[in-house]
Amino acid sequence: MFYREAGDFSTTYPEDSQTFPIKFDRYRYYVVLAFAFLVVPFIINDYWANAILLPFLIYAIAAIGLNILTGYCGQVSLGTGGFMAVGAYSCYKFMTAFPDLSMFINVLLAGVVTAAVGVLFGLPSLRIKGFYLAVATLAAQFFLVWLFNRVPWFYNYSASGQINAPERTVLGVAVTGPNTSAWAAYLFCLVFCVASAIVARNLTRGSIGRKWMAIRDMDIAAEIIGVNPMKAKLTAFAISSFFVGISGALFFALYLGAVEVGEAFSIQKSFLILFMVIIGGLGSIFGSFAGAAFLVVLPVAMKIVGADMLGMPTDIVAHLQLVVVGALIIVFLILEPHGIAQLWRLAKEKLRLWPFPH
Amino acid sequence: MDEGYTTTDGRKIGGVVMEMKNITLRFGGVVAIKDISFDIREGEIRAIIGPNGAGKSSMLNVMSGFYVPQEGEVWFHGKPRPQMKPYQVAQQGIARTFQNIALFEGMSVLDNVMTGRLTQMKSGLFAQAIWKGKAEAEETENREFAEKIIDFLEIQAIRKTPVARLPYGLKKRVELARALAAEPKLLLLDEPMAGMNVEEKEDMSRFILDVNDEFGTTIALIEHDMGVVMDLSDRVVVMDYGQKIGDGTPDDIRNNQAVIDAYLGVSHD
Repeated sequence: MFYREAGDFSTTYPEDSQTFPIKFDRYRYYVVLAFAFLVVPFIINDYWANAILLPFLIYAIAAIGLNILTGYCGQVSLGTGGFMAVGAYSCYKFMTAFPDLSMFINVLLAGVVTAAVGVLFGLPSLRIKGFYLAVATLAAQFFLVWLFNRVPWFYNYSASGQINAPERTVLGVAVTGPNTSAWAAYLFCLVFCVASAIVARNLTRGSIGRKWMAIRDMDIAAEIIGVNPMKAKLTAFAISSFFVGISGALFFALYLGAVEVGEAFSIQKSFLILFMVIIGGLGSIFGSFAGAAFLVVLPVAMKIVGADMLGMPTDIVAHLQLVVVGALIIVFLILEPHGIAQLWRLAKEKLRLWPFPH
Repeated sequence: MDEGYTTTDGRKIGGVVMEMKNITLRFGGVVAIKDISFDIREGEIRAIIGPNGAGKSSMLNVMSGFYVPQEGEVWFHGKPRPQMKPYQVAQQGIARTFQNIALFEGMSVLDNVMTGRLTQMKSGLFAQAIWKGKAEAEETENREFAEKIIDFLEIQAIRKTPVARLPYGLKKRVELARALAAEPKLLLLDEPMAGMNVEEKEDMSRFILDVNDEFGTTIALIEHDMGVVMDLSDRVVVMDYGQKIGDGTPDDIRNNQAVIDAYLGVSHD
C-alpha cells in the first residue's frame, strides 16, 4: 500500500543492478538529496550544524569506512580512532605546509595518507583473524595516539601540543577557521559524505565488493574460486582507512577546529564508530547512516528530554546516556545483529504487503 | 599417448588435461596418499571412489592446489604445474565444489554465482568507484554469463534469495553454478550428491551429464553412491588406504578383485 513495486520491471541488467531498483526508493533518494543540498543550507543555524548535522555527516563517513572493513570484509578493527587521528594530523600538516592548497585537496590527501597507514596496520590481518586481529588493531590505536602526542613535528612544535585549524577556503569561501559560516561547513561535509556513500556503494556492488564479502563469509572458499586474500584484505583496509581518514580530517578541521589527540581520537572514538556500525547494520551503507544518526541524535535527544524537560541534573543524564547506549548494543547484538538496516528491510517487506499480509 | 579414445556412448575423449605423477602426501607420520598416478582426459567424467578415509578428498585437494604433495608432480596441460596458491590454480581454470557446502551465506544466489566470474573481471578500483565505462560494461557482460548458468541449472526463481535461506539440495546446485560460472577447464566435484534423496540425486546426475555434454567440461568427481558412479563416469580410479587399487572403465572396476575385496572386506587369516 505505502510501498509499491508492482509494475516496476527491469528489462536490462544495468537497470536491475542499480542502487535503487524500485522507483519509489529512487525518487525518495532524489528528494532527500535535493532537500539536503538545496533547502538545508538556507535554514541551517550554528546550533543545528554543530550539534547534529556536522557530527552526523562526519561520523557517517567514518561508519561507512569501518563498515567496509568490518561489515563487508569481516575484519574487525578497533583502530578507527587512531586512523581518524592520522587523517586529522596529515590534514593539519598539509594545511600548514601548503597554505594555498584548496581544502578539498587537503582532505583527499589526508585520506590517501591514512589509506597507506591503514594498509600497514592491515598486514597482520593476513595471518590472524577475529579477536586476535581486533587486538592487533587496538595496538594501532594506542601507537598512533602515542605517536601524535610524543613527536612534536606532528603538531608543528606548538606549546600546547594541540593542533589548530587555520582558515582555509574553497572557491573563496572559508570552510575552516573561526570565520566559517555554518552552511559552508555543512555543504563541504555533505559533498564528502555523499561522494563517500556513492563510491562505497559502487565498490560494494561490483567485483571488489564480492571479493570482500567472499572473504568475510568463507575465506577458504573465496581463495578456491580465485580471490587473492592478501589483495582483497589489503584493499579493504586501504579503502576503509581512506574514508576514515577523510572523516578524521573533517572532524578536526571543520567540526572541532582544535584537537588534542588523546581526547578527540581516543579508544572511545573507535568504540563509538564500531557501535554505530553494529547498531546501524553490518554490511549496509544505509546502516552506516542510520547508526551515525542514531548515536548522534540520541545524546542530544536525551539531553533535551532529561535535562531540559524533566529537570534532571546534567551529570545524571550524561551517565544515563552510557547506560542506554550499552543496553542498546546488547539488545541489538542479541535480537538483531544486522541492526537498524535489517529492521528497515523487514519494515519494507511488511509495508509491501500491507494491509493484506497473505 | 595423446590420442584419446571413444566412449561406449560414442563421445570423443581427447588428450590428457591433468596428470598426477607419483603423488605422495603425508601429514606428519600419516601417509594420506601413497605414490598414486593417473590422468584425466579432455571431455571425460572421471570418478575417484574408495571407502571412507581412503584419501579421495586429499587427492582432490592436491589437484586444486590446496595441499602440496611431498613427492610427485601435478601436470596440467602437458606441463608440470609449479607450486602455487589456490587462487592461482583457480585462475588457471580449475574450479571445484566442496563436500560440505562452502557457499557465501551472506550473499544472494546471484552474487554467489557472480563470484565465480571474479577471475574474469579485471576493471580497476577507480573504474568501479565511479561505476562508469569498463566497470559497468564488465558487470553486465558477466551478469549475462551468470544468468546463462542460472538458467541452465534452473535456479532462476531463487536468484535474489540469500543463500542462507535455501534448502540443502538447492545449495548444492548453487555451488555447482558458482563453479560453472568460472568456465572451468577442469571441474572438481567433491561428493556432489552427499546427503541427497533419490530425486535430488537424479537431478544432480542429469546436471553433471548436461554440463559435460553442453560445455564439454572435463569433470573429476568423488562419489560414494556406486550406482551413480558406474552410470556417470567414463573411467574410475579406486583408492584404499591412500593407495590406488584400481583404474579403468566402470566394467573393469566392477570385476576387479582388489576393489571387491576393499569394499566387501576379506578375511585376513
